[in-house]
Amino acid sequence: MPFALLKYGLNPRRRDAPQLKWPSEIKKHYDVVIIGAGGHGLATAYYLATRHGITNIAVLDKAWMGGGNTARNTTIIRANYLTPEGVAFYKESVELFRGLSQELDINIMYSERGHFTLAHTDAAMRTARWRAEVNKHLGVDSEVVDAKDVARLCPIMNVSEDVRYPVLGALYHPPGALARHDAIAWGYAKGAMARGVEVHPGTEVVNILKEGDRVIGVDTSRGKIFADKVVQAVAGSSSRVSALAGFRLPIKTIPLQACVSEPVKPILDQIVVSGSLHVYISQSARGEMVMGGATDPYGLYSSRSTLDFKEGLMAHMLELFPFMAELRVLRQWAGIADMTPDFSPVMGLTPVRNYYIDSGWGTWGFKATPVCGFRMAECVATGRQPELLAPFALGRFGSFDLVGEKGAASVGH
Amino acid sequence: MTVENFRLEAKGWGFLLDRNKPLKFTFDGETYNGFDGDVIASALMASGRHVLSRSFKYHRPRGVLTMAGHDANSMVQVGAEPNVRGDRHGIAAGMQVISVNRIGKLDRDWLAVLGLFSRFLPVGFYYKTFFRPRGAWRFFERPIRALAGLGSLDPRAHHGYFDKQYLFCDVLVVGGGPAGLHAAIASASTGADTLLIDEWPVLGGSLLYGRISGSRAAAESKRSELVSQVERCPNLRILNNTTVSGLFADNWASALKENRLFKIRAKQTVLASGGYDQLLVFSKNDLPGIMFADAAQRLMRLYGVKPGSKAVIVTSNRFGYDVALDLLEAGVEVAAIVDMGNANEAGASKMEALGIRVIFNSTVVKAKGKARVEAVAVGPMLDRDKRGRAEWVGCDLVVMSVGYSPAINLACHTGAKVYYDPEIAMHRATDLPRGIAVTGSVGGIWSDASIGASSSDVGKSAAQMALGTNSTPVAPAQDDSARTITHHWPITESSAGEEFVDFDEDLRTCDIDDTVQAGYDDIQLVKRYSTAGLGPSQGRHANINTIRLVARATGRSVEEIGTTTFRPPLVPEKFGQLAGRGFEPTRLTAMHERHVELDASFTPVGLWLRPAYYGPKQRGNAAITAEVTAVRNGVGIIDVSTLGGLEIRGPDAAAFLDRVYTFNFLKQPVGRSRYALLTDESGVIIDDGVACRLHEQHFYVTATTGAVDQVYRLLGFWNQHWRMDVDIANVTAAYAGMNVAGPDSRAVLEKLESDIDFSAGAFPYLAVRIGRIAGISVKILRVGFVGELGYEIHCLSGFGAKLWDRLIDTGKHFGITPFGVEAQRVLRLEKGHIIIGQDTDGLTNPAEANMVWALSKTKPSYLGKRSVDMQIAKGVKRKLVGFTLADAASPCPKESHLAIQDGNIIGRVTSVVRSPTLSKVIGLAYLPTELALPSTRFSIRVDGGRMVEAEVVPTPFYDPENKRQEM
Repeated sequence: MPFALLKYGLNPRRRDAPQLKWPSEIKKHYDVVIIGAGGHGLATAYYLATRHGITNIAVLDKAWMGGGNTARNTTIIRANYLTPEGVAFYKESVELFRGLSQELDINIMYSERGHFTLAHTDAAMRTARWRAEVNKHLGVDSEVVDAKDVARLCPIMNVSEDVRYPVLGALYHPPGALARHDAIAWGYAKGAMARGVEVHPGTEVVNILKEGDRVIGVDTSRGKIFADKVVQAVAGSSSRVSALAGFRLPIKTIPLQACVSEPVKPILDQIVVSGSLHVYISQSARGEMVMGGATDPYGLYSSRSTLDFKEGLMAHMLELFPFMAELRVLRQWAGIADMTPDFSPVMGLTPVRNYYIDSGWGTWGFKATPVCGFRMAECVATGRQPELLAPFALGRFGSFDLVGEKGAASVGH
Repeated sequence: MTVENFRLEAKGWGFLLDRNKPLKFTFDGETYNGFDGDVIASALMASGRHVLSRSFKYHRPRGVLTMAGHDANSMVQVGAEPNVRGDRHGIAAGMQVISVNRIGKLDRDWLAVLGLFSRFLPVGFYYKTFFRPRGAWRFFERPIRALAGLGSLDPRAHHGYFDKQYLFCDVLVVGGGPAGLHAAIASASTGADTLLIDEWPVLGGSLLYGRISGSRAAAESKRSELVSQVERCPNLRILNNTTVSGLFADNWASALKENRLFKIRAKQTVLASGGYDQLLVFSKNDLPGIMFADAAQRLMRLYGVKPGSKAVIVTSNRFGYDVALDLLEAGVEVAAIVDMGNANEAGASKMEALGIRVIFNSTVVKAKGKARVEAVAVGPMLDRDKRGRAEWVGCDLVVMSVGYSPAINLACHTGAKVYYDPEIAMHRATDLPRGIAVTGSVGGIWSDASIGASSSDVGKSAAQMALGTNSTPVAPAQDDSARTITHHWPITESSAGEEFVDFDEDLRTCDIDDTVQAGYDDIQLVKRYSTAGLGPSQGRHANINTIRLVARATGRSVEEIGTTTFRPPLVPEKFGQLAGRGFEPTRLTAMHERHVELDASFTPVGLWLRPAYYGPKQRGNAAITAEVTAVRNGVGIIDVSTLGGLEIRGPDAAAFLDRVYTFNFLKQPVGRSRYALLTDESGVIIDDGVACRLHEQHFYVTATTGAVDQVYRLLGFWNQHWRMDVDIANVTAAYAGMNVAGPDSRAVLEKLESDIDFSAGAFPYLAVRIGRIAGISVKILRVGFVGELGYEIHCLSGFGAKLWDRLIDTGKHFGITPFGVEAQRVLRLEKGHIIIGQDTDGLTNPAEANMVWALSKTKPSYLGKRSVDMQIAKGVKRKLVGFTLADAASPCPKESHLAIQDGNIIGRVTSVVRSPTLSKVIGLAYLPTELALPSTRFSIRVDGGRMVEAEVVPTPFYDPENKRQEM
């Protein structure tokens, strides 16, 4: 039995020190205000505190900590992107994830399962090869495998030819991983709070305060808060908050739904994605199948659920895994995805001085949590766009230097 | 096997049983007896088996709790079906039931040892450890994963038949208890087409087993009266054994019945779905033999099973006294009624008259027993948390009736808000969305006296709103008796510990306290850190007590804590039910049978199946080469029906196209086609086709097979914005299309009876003609995609096969050869034509693809013009170029292989083939603009990491003077 549990169990008080230390009051001024207490905002605060010595930080959230897309994603981590810029960025994320449990002193249950992006058409096979070639070039472990290899690696999958969309092959990415999404937010919060960062849930930003082209603070449901620098990390509301700051983002906001099954004994190790069938599935450590599909076909800021999402998802799921017909969906939910035209995020400096943005996370935000926080912290601390984030600057849309990642999106949009 | 028999034999017990039909089934390999109508749990309990499962974390023995399928205690595996609720799943002859989540036998699960280590496995223990040193989790994960999960899946199992049915109604009433029956009768009597859905096999809800004013006979006669009224209602449909699993926007409901999913559109929905019993939390409250009052009543009345022989009832309401009468009637000794209050004097004096001891202002403090409850300690309640000296009372059955949680879930699925009403110690729904009403206990009505009238009012009002005769919903009724149902603090802790709050997740009161202590003090964080409410019963019996504990630990009120969100589904839905028969439409062209006869190998293109080539898979390459050669040297025919077709009609047709596509269309002559390129707002190429002007106000525009639906949507979107005088129709499926291509194509067409002059002068390249061939009305486009003289012929789909046959027959003389998509891809590449989506990616602009010629310089705008102009002005960084290999003996690269220079990626191959016509490798690739000049050499990395030298060459590779397509 691991030592930590023995120590806990033998402790007569049976109480650990609190992991999360909540502030009792909100101050009038901070060095940095971060809007959005999700994984990204908390990670930014954590790295500002640990790597740059900036601890006079307030992380504000209109609802509860980690309750946005941090709580609503399907916990998949991968670096098998399409563009060299994207691959380099997500590769650093994977490297940070691998040491994150130790860094944060919380088990994020980082679990490398292997990730299949199935191809059912020639076009999908071409995209798979493209990604594999770029990945290998940049030192990311990806390869194109044929249907036989898929069957060998994941024998429970139906790769027979007598289905509507037979599997021709796949992009196989062995480092593809799962992690406990909430724990990542908690870990960052814990580490940041321990260093004096304040997290204020239930504090909605209603306006951005500026002096000329410079931000000076935010107006909130709890009054005005002044700050030298402000970071916006509000996936799902990015364009609305940036509008408060006075600039527009090229973002369309679309719901993305997901669901989980009842827990069953382990049967599926890998993460399986099929863009053509609009499905992805993995089995969590608890035994639940965690599943999702394409984004909804229309823009919306609501996280309501729909029936047709589940119907479409399951029709295709049973093509890949016919034996799951008797398994049951336990719960469904939706996240809200800020989609950019090139399927890459928008990070860094903005037209407003000292106002930094972390947005455009579409359906790929969770897997970027550590690297985004790490590099955004660098950006905020130095006031300069870090090299790794340079391709993802907001200005790229004006100069048409886009980072086209549509081909690496896991499912249809 | 000889077993004790706990069946209640007399009349009045076992309403659902058909005792003339005994059945045998097995549980963990042992044979059990039951009757038709029994569920697994009732049949097992009738034979004296009380332990049905092992719990999720500590593998504690668990027995019946709800007898309603609402909890995880009775979860079993039936054949290949995991996680079956044994307390709702009927038995069948020969059924094989096995218990789950155990090692060894159910009664001696080795993993029960985990319970002994529970102090070392605190809430969230897995967050605290198993991750040092780095990589350690890899080793711990597998055994921990293996402990999780309940049932198991059999990958060899094949799924059965599932289907779906649509239903429509004016008023949907959910729940067939007294409230639902009253509402449905009132709605139907008002004239509304009413659908009543109930999850039980027979109507009546609590009237099937409960009492009215202490009288079973009154409840029975009430039920008969309501059911006979229901049966007389002409416009009332009933779905029994059906559970509404979700309610979505605009009264769109899903309901499950066996292997069928109902999808229901109602104008109004009335929720009369009752409530969920709530747990009394005390030490070892999860022992088998401790169950809800409703469960005990259901066991007796519905299944004829005696739940125990000596009972202690703990209650905070009148239902506890009712169940005492039932137990006495069934011959169960009632050791005591423990009343958490002291208000029920009438009930108490009745009990005392029967010789039953009533202990006021007290509660059960703890229980003891191993696999079944043996005794409970009863002690006075001094204040919220403090209990007085307790006495042990022997029993093998504890019946809890300490309150309910109204089943407001469905209302919340579609947007209702939840608030905690401290007056009644229950959550209630408010801000109900339009078209949703609640009644019965969901609406806070608990008294038998007022339930009829209030539910009838709600039903009538819903009907009137559905029928449009009245638009004001009825004001919600009030019922003071709601205050007497639910105890506000049904939690007692003792030094013994093991007070379970959430049975699914094995969470105790100390776990919730520890969670809050650790800083996870928001109810949403509590749920996620402790996993409270995440199990199969989704917190039905755990939420409110969790909230109470969080309130206590944080010093806030229950109202302030709020609640987590109720999300669909209300009951778990099988993947098969959601998938149904899996309608995955396959689109076949009018000539599909012809292709099958010709032994075509098909490839999926969107929903379509298209011939990739003709012949078996193993001879694919030879077939493709032969087809290419036939087109180049004689004549070929390809089915192009899948090509998208859009009709644009109206006075503004040309002006509309002008605003959308990049070319000029205003002055396009009638009878001519023009290339049509489509870019999006960021200037990226998204589709191409040809626009044929058939009349001043009528264009026929083609779109690629994969993109036509998206293009149609886009055109419709802009037409909505611009409000131009045009009509847009997607006519893809209306027409069959075939392209007759090759030097002999004109000769083939000229041999057919036709009113069209096919001579080069009369019907030049890019002309469009309407006429008849072989008696069939056709539209013919002279096109050049494959780089030969060619005619694309469109006719109504119904004539497609006939026209194909005539062309094949007539073409025989010229050796006409059907060719597939693969040959077409080779032919077009030889001719240097790009395929949108293959040779373009998500960022390709017209300048990169060398298509600046297709952009109008003169017109003010087209979709994406601003972006395209800016990119051209800025200068593009990459260009699509043609290439061949410097050394003909080099291996042929594959599409998506990369161009590499100095260790950097500089480009990518998009199309490549060893050309049968040119006998060399040709391809298209993106290269940096400065390298995109003929004769430039560059390297492609092919399989195995080998570098291959390539050279940029001009395109087209074949017939650069375009003589062949324009002949």
